[in-house]
Amino acid sequence: MKENRIKTKLKEDKKLLSIYFTAGYPSLNDTAEIIQHLEQNGVDMIEIGLPFSDPLADGPTIQESSTAALHNGMNTELLFDQLKKIRKTVSIPLIMMGYFNPVFQYGVEAFCKKCQEIGIDGIILPDLPLDVYQEEYETIFKKYGLINVFLITPQTSEERIREIDEASDGFIYMVSSASTTGAKTGFGEKTETYFEKINGMNLKNPQIVGFGISNSDTFNQATKKTKGAIIGSAFIKHLTQNGVEKIDEFVRGIR
Amino acid sequence: MSYHANDKGYYGEFGGAFIPEMLYPNTEELRQNYIRIMEEPSFKEEFHQLLKDYVGRPTPLYFAERLSKKYQTKIYLKREDLCHTGAHKVNNTIGQILMAKKLGKNRIIAETGAGQHGVATATVCALMGIECVVYMGEIDIARQAPNVARMKMLGAEVRPALSGSRTLKDATNEAIRDWINNPVNTHYIIGSVVGPHPYPDMVARFQSVISEEIKAQLLEKEGVENPNYVIACVGGGSNAAGAYYHYLDTPEVGIIAVEAAGKGIDSGESAATSALGKVGIIHGSKTLLMQTNDGQITEPYSISAGLDYPGVGPMHAHLFKSGRGEFISITDDEAMTAGLEVSQLEGIIPAIETSHAFAIFEYKKFKKDDIVVINLSGRGDKDLQNYIDYFKL
Repeated sequence: MKENRIKTKLKEDKKLLSIYFTAGYPSLNDTAEIIQHLEQNGVDMIEIGLPFSDPLADGPTIQESSTAALHNGMNTELLFDQLKKIRKTVSIPLIMMGYFNPVFQYGVEAFCKKCQEIGIDGIILPDLPLDVYQEEYETIFKKYGLINVFLITPQTSEERIREIDEASDGFIYMVSSASTTGAKTGFGEKTETYFEKINGMNLKNPQIVGFGISNSDTFNQATKKTKGAIIGSAFIKHLTQNGVEKIDEFVRGIR
Repeated sequence: MSYHANDKGYYGEFGGAFIPEMLYPNTEELRQNYIRIMEEPSFKEEFHQLLKDYVGRPTPLYFAERLSKKYQTKIYLKREDLCHTGAHKVNNTIGQILMAKKLGKNRIIAETGAGQHGVATATVCALMGIECVVYMGEIDIARQAPNVARMKMLGAEVRPALSGSRTLKDATNEAIRDWINNPVNTHYIIGSVVGPHPYPDMVARFQSVISEEIKAQLLEKEGVENPNYVIACVGGGSNAAGAYYHYLDTPEVGIIAVEAAGKGIDSGESAATSALGKVGIIHGSKTLLMQTNDGQITEPYSISAGLDYPGVGPMHAHLFKSGRGEFISITDDEAMTAGLEVSQLEGIIPAIETSHAFAIFEYKKFKKDDIVVINLSGRGDKDLQNYIDYFKL
């Protein structure tokens, strides 16, 4: 069996840039073009947001993009169709990110099976807790070769970070501060201390930082002691203002 | 088999804590401490003292003679409408503000729909001198001006929820987002038996004073602790959880839950979760909720803002699924008519939420000797404008 694309990517000797976007935004059929542009401009991984009506962990930017995407008519089946086509032309690691309820309604096993068929590499479901995942869904995710990515935050205890590290098989999504997405930009001294602490724990999984990264300064800061960083809200704002054609400018501005 | 939550917060298949990792430390701190704190003698003493002297408990269990005569059965009303602030909501906010103090929190957030829970929260924050922020949908703020004014007068800040449908569901989302952004000093006082574990169980325990009193009062009046039926309206379901609590595992007591059918179950404008909902995740809990086939949460509708919620607490989902509870849906029109009838037969104007429970007699016949307890969860002052508009008073 071929190695999971996320794992291959993590072995590269470079800091990884991962970009999040909400599928179905700005327009319903932008998914393929966005993915293509991101790959062409040297982005390392893509998180595709499956829009949800009630995104609890997201700030206004991603909320609004989700509402707009649903209004545009995005749904799970349609997104799978779009991804199936684009997967034939791109080799970048693709991660599905969303909330648990739409996945639960689709059927967790059916969802994972479909992801494998299409060539999705990983899944991030922030509101699927570790214990439920392990008890009910881990075997399904593994059966279909999908990497499940867990989050840690500055409030996560050392004991729990170890538990999450043990349960992870890819990377850990390191939330930079206690916040919803897009709430803050830049990092203070506290965040630096947190980065140091995690770095000192010698975890088996590399960490990729998310929340609060919007430009090359914050990207460099975030990746000084970690494997990479994820940009979401800032990219969506760029799409809102400039559309899909100028994705190259955004990516060039980061590194 | 027990109908109470197990130690992981599950009622059968429903409940649990489906929360992003950002909220794990907050809910975990609460989960590890809530039962211990609630069982501390000093906590119990302060809680019961405040319920007595501040809230005005025990609330009466009143034999509704004219209503009983009309429906040929023995109807008792548990008068939660006589609580300070006008509804059962304050039982929970008193409990949770004391809990927040024990946990060393100095800031309170809450969500509110019609404003009743917001007012009950603002009230206890004023009582304790603690900062209070209440999230309320922008549309509800416009609809419920008197309660917004009450909260402000009590010193709370009312923040409009501008996302989504700008009603209760979105106010809850905003409160949860606030909690994510303020994980250390803030306690979130959820107003119903919804949300991640341990909220449904904790809120049910604080509201359980209702059925604890019913038992003692029935014993005094009828010589028995158990009625034949306990009836309550269910939105999220906190007044119902309190009224059922001490009867959950007593099968000879029938449990009846009344939901809001809005303009009719098939009208597309309804909040009857048991009839229209499917299993899913809302606000951190696995329960029954109204949603699209794609798992997007849909907008409920009811004339009563307190029943206008797309989900139902996990306890109630389990009562429905297991058959322990009987669920009946009542339309806006049926509820309004029943509210008017209770006003004129008993001299009590009920909240529109509660009026739904009174409409049950059109659907269910009781025996002459049956003892039927209806939880009169709130008074109708807040709904006067709705009643005026509806009946052209």
